[in-house]
Amino acid sequence: MGLAKLVLRRLALGVLTLFLVSLVVFGATQALTGDTARAILGKEATPERLTTLREQLGLNRSKTTQYLSWLKGVTVGDLGTSLAQGTSVTSALSFRLRNSAVLVLVAALISVPLSILIGAWSAYRRDRPFDVSHSIVSLTLASLPEFVIGILLIILLSTQVFHIFPAISRIPSGSSAWNQPDRLVLPVLALVLSVQPYISRILRASMIDVLESDYIQMARLKGLKEWTVVAWHALPNGLAPAVQATAISLAWLAGGVVVIEYLFAFPGIGSLYVDAIANRDLPVVQAITMIIAALYIGLNLVADIITILISPRLRTSLR
Amino acid sequence: MSGTEPQASDPRLYGLGLELSEEGIGTSFEEVPAPRTQGARRRREWVQLLRDALRYRRTQVGLGLAGFIVFIAALGPLLAPHSPYIFIGAPFDAPSAIARLGTDNLGRDVLSRVLYGGRSVLTLALLATAIGMILGVSFGLFAGYARDTIDDAIMRLLDVLLAFPQIVFVLLLVSVLGPRLWLIVLCVGLTHAPRIARVTRGAALEVKERDFVKAAESLGVSRLKILSGEILPMITSPLLVEFGLRLTYSIGLIAALSFLGFGLQPPSADWGLMINENRIGLVIQPYSVFVPVVLIAVLTIGVNLATDGLARAMIGIERDTGA
Repeated sequence: MGLAKLVLRRLALGVLTLFLVSLVVFGATQALTGDTARAILGKEATPERLTTLREQLGLNRSKTTQYLSWLKGVTVGDLGTSLAQGTSVTSALSFRLRNSAVLVLVAALISVPLSILIGAWSAYRRDRPFDVSHSIVSLTLASLPEFVIGILLIILLSTQVFHIFPAISRIPSGSSAWNQPDRLVLPVLALVLSVQPYISRILRASMIDVLESDYIQMARLKGLKEWTVVAWHALPNGLAPAVQATAISLAWLAGGVVVIEYLFAFPGIGSLYVDAIANRDLPVVQAITMIIAALYIGLNLVADIITILISPRLRTSLR
Repeated sequence: MSGTEPQASDPRLYGLGLELSEEGIGTSFEEVPAPRTQGARRRREWVQLLRDALRYRRTQVGLGLAGFIVFIAALGPLLAPHSPYIFIGAPFDAPSAIARLGTDNLGRDVLSRVLYGGRSVLTLALLATAIGMILGVSFGLFAGYARDTIDDAIMRLLDVLLAFPQIVFVLLLVSVLGPRLWLIVLCVGLTHAPRIARVTRGAALEVKERDFVKAAESLGVSRLKILSGEILPMITSPLLVEFGLRLTYSIGLIAALSFLGFGLQPPSADWGLMINENRIGLVIQPYSVFVPVVLIAVLTIGVNLATDGLARAMIGIERDTGA
């Protein structure tokens, strides 16, 4: 069957890309500098410390051996030892990974349905006041870097105008972000506002296409209720591009959390990434980069497959 | 098809190039929106494009906003009442006659630091965008004109870069080489390149089949001359839009990197860095954070509005409702 073959091919391509990504990550961190130990410790490092670090990171072996043993570790979930904390990277990541997942998922669960509603309504009421204001607001939001949105939210809702939510989302180590909903509000809102304009604008464009098509005209002429026409005939067909947009936005969220988590001091992998970069904690940097890239590739893969499944034109072209 | 309104102001989607095609992620060059051809194109079409774009109110507003910020960044240092580095009061002093916007975390004049702080972000963002354009356009043109296998190889290699969110890739290199400005400019440019290459390639593929290119080929004109003399001049419009888009993004990225502490280093006066340095005093002295944030916001909104105007002019939308 064509579909299974296509999915397998995509999967293989995804794995290949991930492999190339691992080469880039390793190359950038461990091979780019002539002396990684010195790059980490700086110029003032004593010879003893350099020797210790070289042994700890296995830098005395050839680059190929280093890469292979690192890659082997990555595939079985052994991500090495954090230089800053002295514990295994996997354990340092575990609860932060959960926190980031909560952040991204909550942001996605709010922004996706919201964008679909807003986008569809704008298309339906094209050029009316709602659509025009949506166009202005989304264009503005789309221009703003996410940390700017975050700070404006802090000023508005936390420190200056209103004092509703905490400006800092510190969550005790080990406890889940779920248990501190008030601390999730601002970071989630910042992510939602950064992502929502993209999905709603794409959905608006595709809905306008659909609403002007012959079969919608036909449905209307048949005397179907307007609600039925829009919700049952138009929306499902307008959604295909939105799936793609959603996946890209979710993938983008994986990068967006870096800045947003840092801004709100939210204990996730994004803020850990910033710390690890400042401390040159290479094993942690490598691990988080791989996780984010894998997520990025995976989400796009899933979106491609879903789009094929839900769009009749692509589905039938497989036969 | 009236639904094909420009999505140029959705840079994350438009340029990411992860659109769907038969081939799946990373190979979907065909989906990159190519410009609509409107009869015979003239060589100087980008001049016409600018003229068309200027008729849109959003272009005028956008250029006005961006121009205002460029003005502040360029002439600010001449207007600053104090040096941005000297201490003129206690930390986080409220606005006074000496310090119109109060003082920052070390007691320096916020107004002066704001007036000095725009140059870095503008210069670095422009440089990064220029590098991205040069690399992206070269790769895209070459890939679009090369034979299938070379085309495939170039685009696949660039695709690997697309698997990283831009900021993550930049930070990855910063982690080893340290927060160097040249590195940041280079990396931001590099992460733009595959996205720009896709747009260029898409546009070049369309032009490649035209008669005048065929004519030049049959006359034995060299490949380089065809690319630079025949194809490049025909695709300036989408490239101009792409430039605006990437500039918006560069500004955001560079400012974010400074905000994270990996861009300009203290004691530089830089908007992103100012936000980071002063946010602990946000409750006592909001101006030291609020003013740079607003200036960055106005700049990105301005550039993006102007870009949206360009994109609309390119596609030739007649209606102009809204902003």
